[in-house]
Amino acid sequence: MTTEIRPGEFSAEVTNISDAEQMRYIAGQAADARLNVEIETEGMTLNMGPQHPATHGTLRLVAKLDGEQVIGAEPIMGYMHRGYEKLTEVRTYPQVTTLINRIDWLGSFANEVPFILAAEQLMEVEAPPRAQYIRTILFELSRIANISLFLGDMGVQLGAVTPVFLAFRDREFVLNQIEAVTGGRFHPNFDRIGGLKDDLPAGWIEDTKAVMATMRTFCDELEDLVMGNEIFQARCRGIGVIPPDVALSYGLSGANLRASGVDWDLRRDAPNSMVYDQVDWKVWTHPDGDSFARYWCRLQETREATNIIDQLLDNIPSGPIMAKVPRIIKVPPGEAYVATENPLGAMGYYIVSQGELVPFRVKIRTASFSNMSITPWLLEGVFVPDIITILASLYFILGDIDR
Amino acid sequence: MISTLAVALDDYWVTTIFRIVGGLVAILLPAGTLVYLFLFKMMSFMQSRLGPMEAGPYGSLQLVAEVGKWIQKEDIFPERADKYVFALAPVVVLISTFVLVLVVPFGPDAVLLDLDVGIYFALAVSSISVIGILMAGWASASKYALLGGLRAAGQLIAYELPLVLAVLGVVIQAETLNMNDIVRAQANWEIFGFGGFGMPFIITQFVGFCVFLVAIQAELTQPPFDMPVAESELVTGYLTEYSGLRFLLFFIGEFATAGVFSFIGSVLFLGGWWVPIPGLEVESNWWNIIGPLVMAGKMMLISFFIFWFRITYPRFREDQLQRLAWKFLIPVALANIVITGILKVVF
Repeated sequence: MTTEIRPGEFSAEVTNISDAEQMRYIAGQAADARLNVEIETEGMTLNMGPQHPATHGTLRLVAKLDGEQVIGAEPIMGYMHRGYEKLTEVRTYPQVTTLINRIDWLGSFANEVPFILAAEQLMEVEAPPRAQYIRTILFELSRIANISLFLGDMGVQLGAVTPVFLAFRDREFVLNQIEAVTGGRFHPNFDRIGGLKDDLPAGWIEDTKAVMATMRTFCDELEDLVMGNEIFQARCRGIGVIPPDVALSYGLSGANLRASGVDWDLRRDAPNSMVYDQVDWKVWTHPDGDSFARYWCRLQETREATNIIDQLLDNIPSGPIMAKVPRIIKVPPGEAYVATENPLGAMGYYIVSQGELVPFRVKIRTASFSNMSITPWLLEGVFVPDIITILASLYFILGDIDR
Repeated sequence: MISTLAVALDDYWVTTIFRIVGGLVAILLPAGTLVYLFLFKMMSFMQSRLGPMEAGPYGSLQLVAEVGKWIQKEDIFPERADKYVFALAPVVVLISTFVLVLVVPFGPDAVLLDLDVGIYFALAVSSISVIGILMAGWASASKYALLGGLRAAGQLIAYELPLVLAVLGVVIQAETLNMNDIVRAQANWEIFGFGGFGMPFIITQFVGFCVFLVAIQAELTQPPFDMPVAESELVTGYLTEYSGLRFLLFFIGEFATAGVFSFIGSVLFLGGWWVPIPGLEVESNWWNIIGPLVMAGKMMLISFFIFWFRITYPRFREDQLQRLAWKFLIPVALANIVITGILKVVF
């Protein structure tokens, strides 16, 4: 069956491709042609994903291969697009937190915080000190819950199955603590404009301290088991090196940026309603910028987070956990942007309000989206196994990319 | 009944049937034991979980459940696959293992095929599995399978060499290629007049044993050498398109080969069916009964190391693996041969 295409009319079969895509396609064809002339082989296009074990989610990576070497790679995102930015426009402010929990599903509480902070900024309320402390503690707990899984998962990506089970085992304790406070293991929905939903349960502080000790042991264990492994080092050192200027120009954030030696951490650098200035802690950076440095930075961050939580637990002030806010929340007209240092990197919400029950427009800036954008630059010239090392060490979560 | 059957059939067919049944038992029994004990249970305990617990007491019938599951599954052929080659590939891999086990001695007479070139034969037929894997990789008509197949071919050929060279040290010391005679040589062997009850060759051939362990790990495509099936990169490499019974054959082939290589390793380095206790007679008929049990124990010991490495290590990259084989293992194995040869002449 043939369809007739008259001039000036697109049929369903003609896809509209942009100029940039067309140029890339032509360049790819030219690269194939060059290869065919030089060594009489065919380039191969390997389509990794959307259902590939290494992309843990639905990322699609189109890699042009010459043997096992990558000539060019392009991530194709959007297979899990859930339209969160649009959905927020038909939900009241308290309802939005339920939704945005699902963005980075491993550290859910951390997704709520920047949104609530932005809304608080618009409403000009501030959470009471106790709420700020607990908020910071939960924020760091979700960081541990998120990154500890990465620490194990990196092993799986490189072929060692054991670390991920250790990660799941010890992460469970952290999730239990989050559940004890919020009632939700994965999706707490606990942060409120002007404070928190509830206070801490009895005995929680002591339990959490014990869990933090467990997590420090876990970090030591993985430092020994994974980071100290010669094969792991041989696979990671010098693979996927990101120089600081390139990292900055691609908008990387979080541990990916700090592993390139850029000392930038919103917990310390951005003023917002969290109590990091009350704590004695350190931002870890690594000069190398390779996959190993990214793993190292995340491991140190997890350990630092346990220290932060320990100090905060010691100094929680007493008092209310909720500021005075109206029962029906209407945010005054205006715009606000608040970004925080989430487990995956800088996450920000730009809220435009017109004084109604629902936000007029919410723009969500997620870390993984920017972190993934460097892959075409980074994957050029590496081997197929290194694709996995690099993707794993960049550490993305599909919900965080696609929203 | 059986005797009349034996009379009715001539001698050739009796021995052939005996060999086929014996060979199947000798590959299926270790394969099942390794999968249950090491892959299901030991791996689980090392990863702080329990493993299968529901099927039978302590999950002991899990294997039956798994095999039943695989047999029930649909036998899928990819649309563009080369059907005959695709169907034949797992059989070729399994046949390689089957032929390999024939020459392994479990006692002075308990050997299915007593060849004078036993170990040479074993190393030769172990390479047949490469053909099966290449067939699987090519016939699947899948890019992942093709990459996996090519990786497997490169890897298996690279590691064939250190394997042969590691074995050569033992052969020089035992002065024979017959695997049963290698066991007898260890039973009668003395170091500087000390001994009298037979010492395993691992004492002098420790370097060779280490090279052998690394090489069989690579031959089995177990982590840290599992690039051909690297599940996070190539999905499962040459196994990607297989399902049902054919996947099961590959799976049995992998673990049966682990068992058989452990048998060969225990014959070469750990003294085979011989137990180093003073005052035992080598040519006693009792060895035909005790021998298989001793061999099973030694096989489990070597397999334990194989699976321990498998569970602990991340995998190499393809170029690192080739570098390890050509730049480290082969020179070390060659040096081992030279030193063994010199010492053999001197003493």
